[in-house]
Amino acid sequence: MYESALTIRGLHYSYGAHHVVDGIDLEASTGSILGVLGPNGAGKSTTISLAVGTRRPDAGSIEIFGLDPHRDHEQTSVLAGVMLQDGGLPMSAKPLAILRHLAALYPNPLSVDELAEPLGLHEFSSRTIRRLSGGQKQRVALAAALIGRPRLVFLDEPCAGLDPRAREVVHTFIRDLAARDVSVVLTTHDLAEAEELADEIVVIDRGRIIAQGAPEDLRNASPEGRRLVITVARPASAAATASLDPGNSSLLTRMNAIAPTSAKGTTFVITGELESTQIAGLCAAVADAGLAITDIDMASQSLADVFFDLTGRPLR
Amino acid sequence: MRTRRITAQIRFETLSVLRNGEQLLLSLILPLGMLVFLAKTPLLSALGTISAGEDPLTVALPGALSLCLASTAFTGQAIATAFDRRYGVLRQLATTPLGTNGLIFGKLGAVIAVVIIQFALAFAIALGLGFRGPVDPLALVLTTLLGTAALLSLGLLMAGTVRAEATLAGANLIWVLMAGVGGLVLAHPGEWGTVVGYLPSGALGDAMRAAVGGAGFDVKALIVLLVWGLLGTLAARRWFRFE
Repeated sequence: MYESALTIRGLHYSYGAHHVVDGIDLEASTGSILGVLGPNGAGKSTTISLAVGTRRPDAGSIEIFGLDPHRDHEQTSVLAGVMLQDGGLPMSAKPLAILRHLAALYPNPLSVDELAEPLGLHEFSSRTIRRLSGGQKQRVALAAALIGRPRLVFLDEPCAGLDPRAREVVHTFIRDLAARDVSVVLTTHDLAEAEELADEIVVIDRGRIIAQGAPEDLRNASPEGRRLVITVARPASAAATASLDPGNSSLLTRMNAIAPTSAKGTTFVITGELESTQIAGLCAAVADAGLAITDIDMASQSLADVFFDLTGRPLR
Repeated sequence: MRTRRITAQIRFETLSVLRNGEQLLLSLILPLGMLVFLAKTPLLSALGTISAGEDPLTVALPGALSLCLASTAFTGQAIATAFDRRYGVLRQLATTPLGTNGLIFGKLGAVIAVVIIQFALAFAIALGLGFRGPVDPLALVLTTLLGTAALLSLGLLMAGTVRAEATLAGANLIWVLMAGVGGLVLAHPGEWGTVVGYLPSGALGDAMRAAVGGAGFDVKALIVLLVWGLLGTLAARRWFRFE
């Protein structure tokens, strides 16, 4: 059975002349985790506030289970739970009091204990929000997003600032949600998180979708495949660099690519499918040029590399 | 369901005010302390505000009631809303079934609940101190409602348009100005009195002095409050930003 939890078509939003969301389409199906990945300022949070109806789009349509988040706010607000990036919790109240209050706003809420127990909120339930650590606040905010028993949850950077243990608790929780047929829309600028959790990833940059697909499809989409990174002790002298120039070395000419990529000239990046003999020959060529090798690294394309390839800028 | 949500929101907001130390100082200790101070010291007769033999409570009580309203509806709500806005609380609540309108009704209800507590205490103290002046209940209710609408809408306008720190400083400063020179607590003679009579603080002060210890309805002052309430509401609807 296929049912769309969230359908966004041709979404546009600008602050003055700045197009924060510039034609975004998103689709989240029931029980799946959609990862929305992009650097800070890419338009992720704005897309969420448009989707849940706290802002009105300049153009485009949004449907939550077929309903409009403005016109049918009373229904969509019950169907969709939201965890905002800055928490959205009143500072002078205590965690369980906030959850009890929020529960009173929904027709069929979870009990506070059903969330407080697995998220470990009892550990700090006697303190006001103001006195909680960032990670503790995040856990309360996650509970606040789920108290109304939503069928679709928007989580805006749910693990920002969490320690590894708390992150694992939250990740397990998110997987459980999907297993119970809740759709999750998760924004993050953390690649590992997107790769680990998401069934499908949408990469957003400057308000546009620049890539989308399953995590493994995205990684394999890059034409360059594997890459070899050789780091040397000192910046290569002009002479040494010249000796590595494709024109000066038959080996490098055959491999058809080598160039110092870092500003200091201590890093050489070679991409392409490399044979072991080619790697050995390459290291010999670098050593022959009088450069001391300090590190050799072979990595498959990560999503960070994919992002860099697509935009020419590093993620973050 | 809708009524239940708004009731829950009113209860939550009211308890937040009553649990907040600074809000209690502003809403209860200062206005009620001023009531006792003006009633028990010869300050008002020394200022010539009341003539010899006149009961100082006929001035002190309406002054305290107006100050209560300014504390709760304007300064207290402006500061609380500004920080709720800063921390995303308003946006979060707007995504729940409560919605934006429920949020506003919740604030209005909480202000009225706190004002009822303040007024009950102020009247109890005044009666204990021997207040026997006339009170027009209908004029008091009308003044309170129009005063709440004017001050709350202006407080929310401030909270929704400037930074939280600026609201904190500004709302406290305006409270001091309203109480000291704005005609809220004492009627000012001469041209200054005419000027402040057209401001929310002076109009509230005039209407309250008429309703409690005075002649009943100050129609001009009530109309001024109504106009400020309408302007404040329109401006807040137009310019209030959730983030």
